Amino acid sequence: MNNPASTLWKYASPATFYPLAGRLMPLFAWAAVLLSVAGLWIGFFVAPTDAQQGEGYRIIFLHVPASWMSMVIYCAMAFWAAVGLAFNTRLSAMMATALAPTGALFAFLSLLTGSLWGKPMWGAWWVWDARLTSELILLFLYLGFMALQAAIDDPRRADRAGAVLAIVGVVNVPIIYFSVKWWNTLHQGASVSLTRSPSMAQTMLWGMLLMALAFWAYAIAMALARVRNIILERESNADWVKDALE
Amino acid sequence: MLSATHLACSRGERLLFKDLSLSLAPGAWLQVSGTNGAGKTTLLRTLVGLCAPDHGEVCWNGVPITNAAETYQHALLYLGHHAAVKDELTPLENLRLGNELDGLPLADADALAALQRLGLHGRGNLPTRWLSAGQKRRVLLARLLVRPATLWVLDEPFAALDTAAVALVGSLIAAHLAAGGMAILTSHQPVPLPGGAEVVL
Amino acid sequence: MRALFIAMRRDLLLAARRRSEVVTALFFFMVVVTLFPLGIGPEPELLRRVAPGVLWVAALLATLLGLPRLFAADHADGTLEQMLLSPQSFVLLVAGKIAAHWLLCGLPLVLLAPLLGLQFGLDAGALQITVIALLIGTPVLSLIGAVGAALTLGVRGGGALLALLVLPLYIPTLIFGAGAVEAYTAGLGAGPQLSILGALLAITLFFAPWAATVALRIALE
Repeated sequence: MNNPASTLWKYASPATFYPLAGRLMPLFAWAAVLLSVAGLWIGFFVAPTDAQQGEGYRIIFLHVPASWMSMVIYCAMAFWAAVGLAFNTRLSAMMATALAPTGALFAFLSLLTGSLWGKPMWGAWWVWDARLTSELILLFLYLGFMALQAAIDDPRRADRAGAVLAIVGVVNVPIIYFSVKWWNTLHQGASVSLTRSPSMAQTMLWGMLLMALAFWAYAIAMALARVRNIILERESNADWVKDALE
Repeated sequence: MLSATHLACSRGERLLFKDLSLSLAPGAWLQVSGTNGAGKTTLLRTLVGLCAPDHGEVCWNGVPITNAAETYQHALLYLGHHAAVKDELTPLENLRLGNELDGLPLADADALAALQRLGLHGRGNLPTRWLSAGQKRRVLLARLLVRPATLWVLDEPFAALDTAAVALVGSLIAAHLAAGGMAILTSHQPVPLPGGAEVVL
Repeated sequence: MRALFIAMRRDLLLAARRRSEVVTALFFFMVVVTLFPLGIGPEPELLRRVAPGVLWVAALLATLLGLPRLFAADHADGTLEQMLLSPQSFVLLVAGKIAAHWLLCGLPLVLLAPLLGLQFGLDAGALQITVIALLIGTPVLSLIGAVGAALTLGVRGGGALLALLVLPLYIPTLIFGAGAVEAYTAGLGAGPQLSILGALLAITLFFAPWAATVALRIALE
């Protein structure tokens, strides 16, 4: 009875997952803090000044990890939503709902940092380059998911409708990215590209990797915290909740 | 032969009923009763397959309805709360279309006869928009006569009908049961049918 | 397949009785297209350049206009439920409804586009490509839009929420549809873009009715 599968299945119940999440959350939060300190230290002090872009390029240590994470979280969200839809497990659906706001935050952060990078470099607050434009569309997809779930009162219908939307979205993301990239190359003349990043020194890659891990740990910590709140809200009639809240 | 075992359903986060089992044999009818909001409509919708239950399953002739959907739907006629008629179409067109969507033929003569039987004389060619709520209900009930089915699931079939119409619908159901059909219904009014089991929620 | 035609004929019959809907989408299309020269100035060269984009954005918005009604009326009077309970394939019935939506909201736009394109100074070749691109692209809009309409059925915020969900998904169709005309005008030939539009149509034809059906079942629970 102690095989991994049955242990995993036990945690699929909100009642058992709630305390587990409570124990794990601080660990990930601390990991996020430590990794960020390390990553930012490398990014702002250790990595060398870029020959072409000077000091301003350092915002790349926030921009690139934020972009990566916004994509990863969308995929994770769609995965949990699909699991919830296929196996009718409530916790999976709650996890998808919990991930969305953090993913949207990273998408927004990516756009913001991209903008801050672009202004000193190319004198414009916004450029219609392929990656920024795709990131903007990804933000719309996140907002759509959150808006749909917020608009539906019945939690079960909200979970399942959101799941369908997330799956449709994740299938469309490559198509959208491909079409935006093509659109960008067609109109190349006018635009500048933020993808022409400085050639990567080893330290720069390490810095970005650490920041990416930091964001990942932060995302997990936030998702765990949020899912605990959702569990309390949804299961508020259950006895274990009444006991836990005393 | 309809059977449901250990059904449990919830609406939102509220559990409506659990561990509910029932079965229905040819010639029998069942009334689902309970207070408003007890879950009567949800039970009916779960039995016809519109909602999936939290637990348990519904079987038609021993096969779960999720596996034998087409067979079950062929034998089933569900009349819910809504009028389920299109205002823009005449009652005649509504009946014909209803059958067409179910893949069944319907001769105009049969449709007109059904409408007449339900008390809608000479209104066959007026858009349903011009009919009263009670008359629209009769158009819906006319489907009982034109859409062949073994199991009738009727949610408040006597609502908005006068005494004569209530007796008429009662006799239609009785005739259906006598011919080997089955019926499940909810009603706030007394049901003019003999015998019958009851499920109270 | 009969189920598809039955559902399609039914929706066309209902629209014929209601009459206002087809005309509304068409007028909206015309008005939106007219707003652009008023907004950006009537300079011919500028208008010729923006024409493909303007026509496509207007087509997107006009299609969006008709989407909430795709399932709402049937849902409200209970006939959608009856279709779900029909022994005939629900996917085919839904596909029939989507086909009717395209015939009522998409095809008229395709037929009107050449006239509006003339107002923007597009030449005969460009107009031809515009029509072909819209002919392939507007069904995609109806199909994707149907999934959105199914997800937001009966939900607060209806039309605006539907737009938020569906417009990002329309972007590839917009890019390749408008891009086809631009490529033609630039002398590069519209072949690749039209092929990709065709591929998009094939994929959505396959998946969208099924996704819409899943969403409708969820909405009808």
